[in-house]
Amino acid sequence: MAKQGAARKTEAVEQGLKSERGGSRAAELDRLIHERVRLGIVSALAVNESLSFNQLKALLKTTDGNLSVHARRLEEAQYITCTKSFEGRIPKTEYRLTAAGRRALERYLDHMEALIHATRQG
Amino acid sequence: MCVMVAPRPLHDRALDNLRFIRQTMERAGSFTAVPGWGQVAVGVTALAAAFLAARQPTPELWLSTWLGEAIVALAIGGSAMVRKAYAVNDPILSGPGRRFGLSFLPPMIVGGLLTVVLYRAGLWHALPGTWLLLYGTGFVTGGAFSVRIVPVMGLCFMLVGAAALFGPAAWGNWLMAAGFGGLHVGFGMIIARRYGG
Repeated sequence: MAKQGAARKTEAVEQGLKSERGGSRAAELDRLIHERVRLGIVSALAVNESLSFNQLKALLKTTDGNLSVHARRLEEAQYITCTKSFEGRIPKTEYRLTAAGRRALERYLDHMEALIHATRQG
Repeated sequence: MCVMVAPRPLHDRALDNLRFIRQTMERAGSFTAVPGWGQVAVGVTALAAAFLAARQPTPELWLSTWLGEAIVALAIGGSAMVRKAYAVNDPILSGPGRRFGLSFLPPMIVGGLLTVVLYRAGLWHALPGTWLLLYGTGFVTGGAFSVRIVPVMGLCFMLVGAAALFGPAAWGNWLMAAGFGGLHVGFGMIIARRYGG
């Protein structure tokens, strides 16, 4: 019973957000950066001009494979750019946040704040 | 049997996401290679130096003891920082590490110059307060680019320095032991436990 009530409340809040923001598009959660590793990559790059693959891996405490899969998804969405170069003989991969990526993070932050605001009012 | 778990409220999940973003930004924008165990070692050598300095018959020998300790501390702290920076993959010469260094160094240079001036003027009693205050200032300014505990440690050094400057001259060596010894050991252990060594 209580679970059904909570689910109804969640739906009501989402509906409220949609009408508040003038349509479902604005209230749609950006699933691409909602995932934790991708959200971590975008957040870390928001406060750094660029970060290397190894720096991101250490920061997010993840594996090579996991990081490269998620970074690729963000790159395909043009949220980040990737530059490959050589430092001596060692290959180096550097990531930067694009303007679209920064806007996506800002929208995501707005969305989270709106959710908190709406649930407090409800 | 299937156990149903109630979903976490939307409000909690949103808060959790915002907290994750803030923490990631803090870690990504901070210089985390301040070495905890290195500071503990520096604190121990400072306590030994305070013990030795208190037994010196002349101000010149007292000063030489502390200058010797400064060289030992620089060697221990510097090598520990390089080791930790390498281990946590946190570059010293770029990004937050560089900003930390550029903010930390000026008060140290001022401290060196004031040491010469105060030595020539014979104002020995002002040295402990000056050193502690400027060392603390270095950690407060550099700490803006590091984890939150670093500027807090700097403030504690500044408080001990102020006590040394305005307290009786006889407190000088004790406050040096409390600051360079006690604060280094105490904060070093906290940093080592919370921030990976």
